[in-house]
Amino acid sequence: MAHTATAADTHHDAHAHEHHGPQGILKYLWSTDHKMIAMQYLFTGIAMGLIGAYMAYVFRMQTAFPGVNVPGFGQVSPGEYNSLITNHGTIMIFWVAMPVLVAAFGNFLIPLMIGADDMVFPRINRLSYQVFLLSAIVLIVSFFVPGGGFGGAWTAYPPLSAVAEYNQTNLGSSLWLLAVALEFVAFLLGGINFITTLMNSRAPGMRAYDIPLVCWMIVIASILFMLSVGPLIAGAVMLFFDQTLGTGFYDPARGGDPVLWQHLFWFFGHPEVYVVLLPAIGITIDVIATFARKKVFGYKLMLYTTVATGVLSFFVWAHHQFIAGIDPRMANVFTITTLLISVPIAELCFVIIATLYGGSIRLTTPMLWALAFMAEFLIGGVTGIFLGASGADIYFHDTYFVLAHFHYTFFPIAIIGTFAAFTYWFPKMFGRMMNDTLGKIHFWGTIIPFNIIFIPLFVLGIGGEHRRIYNYEHFPELAGEGMFMLRQIATVALLVMLIFQVVFFYNCYVSWKKGEKAGKNPWKANTLEWTTESPPPHGNWPEGLPNVYRGPYEYGHPDRKEDYWPQNQPS
Amino acid sequence: MIPQASTYAASIDNVILLIAVLVGFWFIAAEGMFFWLIWRFRAKEGVKSEYLEGHEPHVKKWITWPHSLVLVCDVFIIIGAVQVWYNVKQRLPDDADATIRIIGQQWAWTFQHPGADNDLDTADDIFTVDDLHVEVDRTYIFQLQSRDVLHSFSVPVFRIKQDAIPGRSIMGWFEPTQTGEYDVQCVEICGIGHGVMAARIHIEDAQQHADWIRSASTGTAQ
Repeated sequence: MAHTATAADTHHDAHAHEHHGPQGILKYLWSTDHKMIAMQYLFTGIAMGLIGAYMAYVFRMQTAFPGVNVPGFGQVSPGEYNSLITNHGTIMIFWVAMPVLVAAFGNFLIPLMIGADDMVFPRINRLSYQVFLLSAIVLIVSFFVPGGGFGGAWTAYPPLSAVAEYNQTNLGSSLWLLAVALEFVAFLLGGINFITTLMNSRAPGMRAYDIPLVCWMIVIASILFMLSVGPLIAGAVMLFFDQTLGTGFYDPARGGDPVLWQHLFWFFGHPEVYVVLLPAIGITIDVIATFARKKVFGYKLMLYTTVATGVLSFFVWAHHQFIAGIDPRMANVFTITTLLISVPIAELCFVIIATLYGGSIRLTTPMLWALAFMAEFLIGGVTGIFLGASGADIYFHDTYFVLAHFHYTFFPIAIIGTFAAFTYWFPKMFGRMMNDTLGKIHFWGTIIPFNIIFIPLFVLGIGGEHRRIYNYEHFPELAGEGMFMLRQIATVALLVMLIFQVVFFYNCYVSWKKGEKAGKNPWKANTLEWTTESPPPHGNWPEGLPNVYRGPYEYGHPDRKEDYWPQNQPS
Repeated sequence: MIPQASTYAASIDNVILLIAVLVGFWFIAAEGMFFWLIWRFRAKEGVKSEYLEGHEPHVKKWITWPHSLVLVCDVFIIIGAVQVWYNVKQRLPDDADATIRIIGQQWAWTFQHPGADNDLDTADDIFTVDDLHVEVDRTYIFQLQSRDVLHSFSVPVFRIKQDAIPGRSIMGWFEPTQTGEYDVQCVEICGIGHGVMAARIHIEDAQQHADWIRSASTGTAQ
């Protein structure tokens, strides 16, 4: 096959180039290999996740034990508290969920799963990570400038975010905004690559419906991101001008309107939820198909439902603004659209659940994570209905009910989904198996405390506790002993969960050093990444590009003795 | 649940209850099915998984029926939510007994009461900081304003919540149904003092309220 020969030559050239290229740490920073860039995103994302977790630890300590001298931080001032909650949210969404789920796994998986030797634009890919790294550095610098980090919440509503006199973090808020804008640039560059690579670089024989769902999900997420981020970038530029040049885009005294920002922000912000949700659902369905040894229950149904969810997600944004002073009649429209989106989302859940039917389910560590994603995400999903229904949202808006709700969506997405993917593809990434016992200890040590953190917060929200308060002792109805007890339970559970993460890092280290060799296909899975070496060499396919003969989920086929049928096997 | 101290508190709680019942059903059904399937189809020696596409009619009905039922539930929730929303937010009562003005600023609430003549913006208006005085069983229209950043006026026992926006005067209403003293919260982050922007609402009977108006008018009201 001429095609294969060409590809092999390219690999050879690329290898030769690598040897003469930068050495040492630069070799890793300057690589254009999609797997290396995936690792860069993954490790940066994990490092940022640790910073975000540290922030959660500090402000949860302050919330539960007001005025306590937090070990490793000290006394928390109100300004610091606001900055911690703001940057915790910003980091976990933009510097953890996005880079890990979309960028790291998108980069690692898309070329390997569609049988390409690299991304279509490897240098744009490298630039994407470098801009991302710069954005992370700018954000971290913003914590230490005079005045401290930005503390106007991750939604950055003006006029608070726009006027230094109000937020008292002149430099901090501008740097925060700059960092977010740079992050968007990084993801636009990355998204171009994902979309183009999926469209153009599939292995011979791979039709649209032979693409593993996780690749589709990441690409649909990238498209959603590209379509939704434009208005927010425009909004961010105006906010930046308001901050630095003293323009009045959001200043009512000069003809501006603060609510304009909310529309631009949430027009992006709601699809953004699906930008991170879809890759997590894709990961979940792929892992579940593998360990249930089952074909996905309705591949096309799932794909079309995802597209429908994506389209609908552009028409629900104002449910974040029911009580923000928009025309009250608008709430009726957005209640209807918001509740309608529950139909495709419910359908995605039904498909995942139905995939288990008739399976032969093996509860490996990745499978536990994938199943836990489904079980926990359902809680996030059903509690969202309370907030999408205008009448009920009057009470719940900006309470801890909201906070608990979106942590029941984002935690399964960003943490559980990531662990499902990481433990599933670890053998492919590093060539060795992870220790299953340690993996299960870490799993239960994360999942149980997670629920003990956030269920009390639902209760607090129902009790009327509102968000972003550094000390509830100022509110007589929120200062009761019972409420403080619930806050303390949540905080202690958080500490337990954080301690159990040590097990994960230890497991990574010992498995990476001494784990059992994984071989090509330890899980007996069908998709193409399992047909090459672990870890795949530069260029991915030393034996030539694979040919694709069938869909990715041919498990339990009646014509075969084995219960799996790799995509590249002729028969 | 915390006390219901306004005419519409019960209706908001009822909509929350309606949603809780409907989504509670789906939640239990979905989780129950999910865990049952995990247990029922656990890997067994020598048993191979079934090969199902998912579009066979006898299995697909397990998706299509729930799908339609979810839609039906959505319709009920939408009707309930919109009714309550209309009553609380979209209309203003025609026969309000008084109008008050609520002004948020970093980091205190100023309340402008109509005073003895019951007309706002007259010489006998009573201004207070962080203490709102209202009379039970009377309908109030409020004008919500802000002097600087966004704030949000929330009285949990009323179930009411409304953001304040600088440059606008946003109208709303409530009618207290029981006397007592309750929290008023600012629920939109408004800077470093957001955590101390607490106020109290004093719901008084007619006599107490008249006494308060008299003492506030003759005394050194702020």
